[in-house]
Amino acid sequence: MIELDRLSVDIRGTPILRDVSLSLAAGEVFGLVGESGSGKSMTALALMGLLPKGARATGAIRLDGEDLLGLSERQMCDRRGRVLGMIFQEPMTALNPVQTIGDQVAETLLIHGRAGRAEARDAARRMLDRVGLTADRFPLTRYPHELSGGQRQRVCIALVIALRPRLLIADEPTTALDVTTQAGILDLLGRLVREEGMALMLITHDLAVTARIADRVAVMEKGRIVETAPTETLFRQRRHPYTRALFGASTHQPDRMPATGDAPLLSVEGVVRDYRLPRRTVLGPTPMFRAVNGVSFTLRQGESLGLVGESGCGKSTLTRAILGLEPVQAGRITLGGQTISPAMPNAMRARMQVVFQDPYGSFNPRHKVERLIAEPFHLTGRPADAGKRIDAALREVGLSPDDRHKYPHEFSGGQRQRIAIARALITRPSLILLDEAVSALDVRVRAQVLDLLADLQARHGLSYLFVSHDLSVVRRITDRVMVMNAGEIVEAGETAQVFRAPTHPYTKSLIAAAPTIPEAWREEETADAG
Amino acid sequence: MRRNLVLGGTLTALFALLALLSFVWTPHDVTALDIGGKLAPSSAEHWLGTDHFGRDMASMLMVGARISIAVALAAVGFGMALGVPLGLLAAARRGGLVDEVVMRGNDLVFAFPSLVIAILITAVFGPSVWNAILAIGIFNTPVFARVTRGAALSLWTLDYILAARVAGKGMLRISAEHILPNIANLLVVQATIQFAVGIIIEAGLSYVGLGAQPPTPSWGRMLAESQTMISFAPTLALYPGLAIVTMVLGLNLLGDGLRDALDPRMQRVRA
Amino acid sequence: MTRYLLTRFASLFATLLAASLVIFALLEVVPGDVAAVMLGLNAAPEAVAALRDQLGLDAPLVTRYVTWITGFFTGDLGTSYTYRVPVAELIAARLWVSLPLAIYALALSTVIAIPIGLIAAMRAGRPADSAIMGVTQLGIAVPNFWFAMFLVLIFAIQLRWFPAGGFSGWDKGLWEGLRSLTLPALALAVQQASIMARVTRSATLETLDQDYIRTARAKGLSRTQTVLRHALRNAMIPVLTILGLQFSFLLAGAIIIENVFYLPGLGRLIFQAITQNDLIVVKSVVMLLVFAIVLVNFVVDLAYAAVDPRLRARA
Repeated sequence: MIELDRLSVDIRGTPILRDVSLSLAAGEVFGLVGESGSGKSMTALALMGLLPKGARATGAIRLDGEDLLGLSERQMCDRRGRVLGMIFQEPMTALNPVQTIGDQVAETLLIHGRAGRAEARDAARRMLDRVGLTADRFPLTRYPHELSGGQRQRVCIALVIALRPRLLIADEPTTALDVTTQAGILDLLGRLVREEGMALMLITHDLAVTARIADRVAVMEKGRIVETAPTETLFRQRRHPYTRALFGASTHQPDRMPATGDAPLLSVEGVVRDYRLPRRTVLGPTPMFRAVNGVSFTLRQGESLGLVGESGCGKSTLTRAILGLEPVQAGRITLGGQTISPAMPNAMRARMQVVFQDPYGSFNPRHKVERLIAEPFHLTGRPADAGKRIDAALREVGLSPDDRHKYPHEFSGGQRQRIAIARALITRPSLILLDEAVSALDVRVRAQVLDLLADLQARHGLSYLFVSHDLSVVRRITDRVMVMNAGEIVEAGETAQVFRAPTHPYTKSLIAAAPTIPEAWREEETADAG
Repeated sequence: MRRNLVLGGTLTALFALLALLSFVWTPHDVTALDIGGKLAPSSAEHWLGTDHFGRDMASMLMVGARISIAVALAAVGFGMALGVPLGLLAAARRGGLVDEVVMRGNDLVFAFPSLVIAILITAVFGPSVWNAILAIGIFNTPVFARVTRGAALSLWTLDYILAARVAGKGMLRISAEHILPNIANLLVVQATIQFAVGIIIEAGLSYVGLGAQPPTPSWGRMLAESQTMISFAPTLALYPGLAIVTMVLGLNLLGDGLRDALDPRMQRVRA
Repeated sequence: MTRYLLTRFASLFATLLAASLVIFALLEVVPGDVAAVMLGLNAAPEAVAALRDQLGLDAPLVTRYVTWITGFFTGDLGTSYTYRVPVAELIAARLWVSLPLAIYALALSTVIAIPIGLIAAMRAGRPADSAIMGVTQLGIAVPNFWFAMFLVLIFAIQLRWFPAGGFSGWDKGLWEGLRSLTLPALALAVQQASIMARVTRSATLETLDQDYIRTARAKGLSRTQTVLRHALRNAMIPVLTILGLQFSFLLAGAIIIENVFYLPGLGRLIFQAITQNDLIVVKSVVMLLVFAIVLVNFVVDLAYAAVDPRLRARA
């Protein structure tokens, strides 16, 4: 039904896509997988005729025999929304904040002259019902800011399927969402494809997502498709080396020793953290929000402890309290027996460091690496051998001492995360908090950083508190895991045990929702290698 | 891309040099009246002609530039010295009492146009150049406070600030080490804009008699004096006005150019 | 919504209170003996005493402040020393010139600026955009009173289309009144329109960069439809901010422009009052100007809430 024939795209002379050929049949879910910068999104934009300025496309995109590249902008406007639909990654910003959801869904029909105002309104209602936003809770008069991320993504789906397009392109539609929300959206997309007989092109960086819903998968690397095959075949056979590398990285198990020590290092006892909310009336009482509610746990010396939960569960708040950045309203946090508080002495802060998620926002862009890494020396006083220790830290994380004179923008995302780890190591702490430390990295880089973390732990006897929303990562790097929901820890235990046999209903739903590559598909890996 | 920067920088530098030069040399003495040679047209002797007292227009404009530049520059200094620390403090204590006080103070000052401030000061202390500096300076303060606070607030949410806090650094140290250097670009651009605004306001104040007082020549006063003669000697009004327009245009171009040159987003596109 | 209104109202009230205290302090407390200031250095002590008595300056400060503020609501602001007429009467007459002038100028600049800004945004990077950006760059640099002088020279003195100055009064009909205000309003509007056009352009370009614009394009909206149906309303939020600020600039500008055109407005009044040390008049006119500015910004805040549902929701 739709066919890309040797599609190539250049942006001001720089090749972005090279000879991309693929075809989709009606009712098919087609997964397009690749790392960031591989050209997957550009393929989608080329299909929609929405390439950025200065881009030039050659080859052909045939939809039911008609070459879309040959159409004028006016003709493309007619095709978009009617036969071609697209949803994007970031649902929080994908809807016009000053227009009601009803108007935004109805607009698709109005713009194509398919309905009058009243009809369009009725159709919008039906579409919102279809995507699970029922009239009682989601009247047409709602504004986007009143909805959660998952609900907004449902609105986006409603507005794009309103005219039953032949092809629906979904560009990382669930990447910004929590796992349980992601599962709901994927199920919805799968159902719509079956019921409407449209084709779905699902663009994602996550192999497990394609394993869950795609019929066929294409793997993209540097603007080329390296391999296309039915999903199961592709996963089992992994013909192309790049596919193998991606697959290996997404299931990669770092080499690590289970923790042996028993001495408690960090102890959290009955911690409560309240936030003030804006007052509802001008002089009324200030309402409070309890972000962390009576959390207790112990982290042992040399241990890797995972803390998983969805956004808003309180894990970040807990992290800031453990770092001694914010006061707790009840309970006690101790590190090596000494109480943690915003007023604690610097010497104590030096025993605990942190690595954050965002490899771009983690560094002052105006400082050189040596200054960035040395910042925690503020806690201990700059030692006489600071220079040597900076070099040593850089070597430890796999960078070169020559890198100390560079600025952060000269490094890739993975390298920056290594710099952040070097900064965390410089005061020789006993505990490192890893706050979504690998979440923003591509799978192959992520696997390398996880190896590095395991290696450093073995060498220095470090303890990790690994905070993440990503179950698959936590599973691979921690000894024990805690599951947090609505400010409370609902389940804790040995990682393998919790994942194999979760006891709490929330944990069960979380694990069930997380997409995984089926065990059976992985087996051939050893067979191939052997 | 660089055209704005070069053109703006050149115009600004030109006026600054002319103003400086006027301290040691002008084509003619501006205090020397020559009623017989009044309202002379442009000539080799008087490049831009003479005014109604026979003073050399070109020399008057050079000397007049001093006051305009000095007042606008001093007012920018005043606004930055007060506004930037306030803005930094408000951002560091977001939502706190200091923040509230600074923001309400801003609202208050915003309710007084610079001209009204100048009127109030004049009503009490009488007119002078200092009035103009104070009035424009007070007007600049909330502008800088607001720009600083807004930019600083977005930086405070970044992880590197959190990392600095984990490294035990306090609010003042973080503001000085991490916030200020990263908003310096914006402040330089804003300073250029306020400089330009200051030139216009100073001219307005002098024009209505609330700024520079006779016999100090200033562009605004030259305009005021020329007004009654505009029908028969329009150049008397034309030249000082053109001087203001060119200077302000130069500064605004410089500001735009600096913004483009210093904006990290633009650099990334160019790279 | 109510909460938003209430907080905005509270802030309006607080700003006015603070402003009135500042004005009162500057004009009644700092100068020491107001009567002596008003009468000048050579005044006879008896005359000063008489004026003190007439102005009620012997009463405690708090009483004087309260009398002044309540006077604002009752229309009793005392008697001008130089004009010998009630201040309220003076202000009311002048307000009929200054207020229409400010509104006329604001309307002119909005009507000119928003379409121009939109055109520039939609033609970004093309000749039309460059031309608009160039002209507005120049427009910002032109001092309004200087521009006004040349408007008078060309349109009043040489072409005789408009009066060179003075105000015909509204009793000769709306058209005559507007005619005498057209050149002043135009002079005021040019700079403001230039600023607003540039803000409209950049705000529109910024919204055109947002994700929801891409969503709209994916629905099949053309570029123009996207601008009109989605970008415009979102871009109005920063434009509104400028509109609020502009009113303050326009009022200040009007004070100067009235002097160029010899218009009998508040601006002329306040300058005459200053030269004659008539602090009673200065005090109340300044307060009125500040009141107008704060009120307009309050209205702008209401307009925000009308445009942006997120603000309404913060209730």
